[in-house]
Amino acid sequence: MNTPSLAHAWFALLRRDVMLALRQRGQLANPLLFFVLVVALFPLGMNPDPALLRNIAPGVIWVGALLAAMLALESMFRSDFDDGALEQMLLTPYPLPLLVLAKVAAHWLVTGLPLLLVAPLLALLLNLEGEAMVILLASLALGTPLLSLIGAIGVALTVGLRRGGVLLSLLVLPLYVPVLIFAAGAVGNAQAGMAVTGQLAFLGALLALAVALAPLATAAALRISLD
Amino acid sequence: MSDFLHMGGYAIYVWASYLLGLLVVAVNLWQPWRAEREVWRQLTRRRKHEERMRESETS
Amino acid sequence: MWAWLHRQGSPKRFYNWSGTLARWAGWGSLLLGVAGLYYALFASPPDYQQGESVRIMYVHVPAAWLSMFIYMNIAAASLVSLVWRIKVADMFAAASAPIGAWFTFLALATGSLWGKPMWGTWWIWDARLTSELILLFLYLGYIGLLAAIEERETAARAAAVLALVGVVNIPIIHYSVEWWSTLHQGATVTKFDKPSIDWTMLRPLLLMAFSATLFYVAVALRLARTELLRRERESQWVRELIDGRQGGGRR
Repeated sequence: MNTPSLAHAWFALLRRDVMLALRQRGQLANPLLFFVLVVALFPLGMNPDPALLRNIAPGVIWVGALLAAMLALESMFRSDFDDGALEQMLLTPYPLPLLVLAKVAAHWLVTGLPLLLVAPLLALLLNLEGEAMVILLASLALGTPLLSLIGAIGVALTVGLRRGGVLLSLLVLPLYVPVLIFAAGAVGNAQAGMAVTGQLAFLGALLALAVALAPLATAAALRISLD
Repeated sequence: MSDFLHMGGYAIYVWASYLLGLLVVAVNLWQPWRAEREVWRQLTRRRKHEERMRESETS
Repeated sequence: MWAWLHRQGSPKRFYNWSGTLARWAGWGSLLLGVAGLYYALFASPPDYQQGESVRIMYVHVPAAWLSMFIYMNIAAASLVSLVWRIKVADMFAAASAPIGAWFTFLALATGSLWGKPMWGTWWIWDARLTSELILLFLYLGYIGLLAAIEERETAARAAAVLALVGVVNIPIIHYSVEWWSTLHQGATVTKFDKPSIDWTMLRPLLLMAFSATLFYVAVALRLARTELLRRERESQWVRELIDGRQGGGRR
């Protein structure tokens, strides 16, 4: 039997993961619903003054997105770990970091991208409008893949543990700090009419760095967890 | 002397800092001491157990 | 050279030399610490701006230094243990973590105690305190992961990967926090760093920092030795060690 080419295998894995996720609509909707609820709770928890809401909107939306992305992380390797597909993946002749990248990309397509789609709605709820909304979408587009990539390392480290949920958040949240700061900072700057290219460039640089390094760390962590 | 303890009005902050520092040092001295005692106790118990097993086998 | 280093990393050799090193480091730490405390409390002048409260610095700065130094050590030891498979290195890394967490906590607490008289509040989102807080979370995550995995060797290797990921992130986190704090409060909170520090103040600071570093070395080595004994309990040299101890009577 001859093995299919790397590109072929990569896209096959991506497609398989996306198809599998689409079959379980409930799991898909949960983080999204969580995102909407968290953001909707903030005006209820304080004075719904439009000016105040506009002030806190970048931070609130980004913290909500961060928590929703974290909530969705656990499912990244879970089912493959349970049914042994992950171990098979380790045995294939393809480089593991690239396969990890395919899985992370699939995970982002089904959990990160939807966050981007509902974000404009939430932005309207918090009186975030105009250019700031565009920058919010740009920051989410650059930031949520970062969250998935960094998160994958944490998931890979805790996948063998029965109760890894709380530990996962402890491992991953400190590493999310720069993403939160630059992304929310960019949106805040856009609201104030200041330049945002610096922050967005930084997010882009971080994304490039994470694409290059995070799959390596994730692959190493998976090998250790499945040892 | 009381001048020294008074620390120019910052007594609480200064002495609390030094006390906390001392506390952290004490905890970090106690921790290895306890761990060492524990591990030696375990090791000698295991060793004695082994010897007893060997004796009962030979007799 | 490499072969020699590698041999020193063998469990039995390590056990022998680390005991001596720990003892020397311990006594050195005590000596420097006493001298440092003398200069810190008696033989250094109050600051012209901060008065006597500047003496908190002699606890705060060494603690903050140690919190970062220990994390770097954990990362270096993790790299050694992953690349060369030297078991002693991951025991040293694991032993360092709780000490690092304690000193990070100390840096935060004394920073807060210093902040109250200086800024008028217990907590301020100043770049350094914030970075230190995130560092504490990194330590707690590392310790949590180490404790959560049952099998010791697997736990050590997983934690080593986490430490390396953390060390790549620390400069990024630090830079982002710095950027964020200057954005939101300007350069008002720079009371901590002085352009030049007088020798009378630098002397206790250096003494305390060296004392703290040696203290860490001594405690980490002793903890690593204990873990080593626990893991190597089946080996011949540990058995001989126990017998020698029993024969010589318990101290």
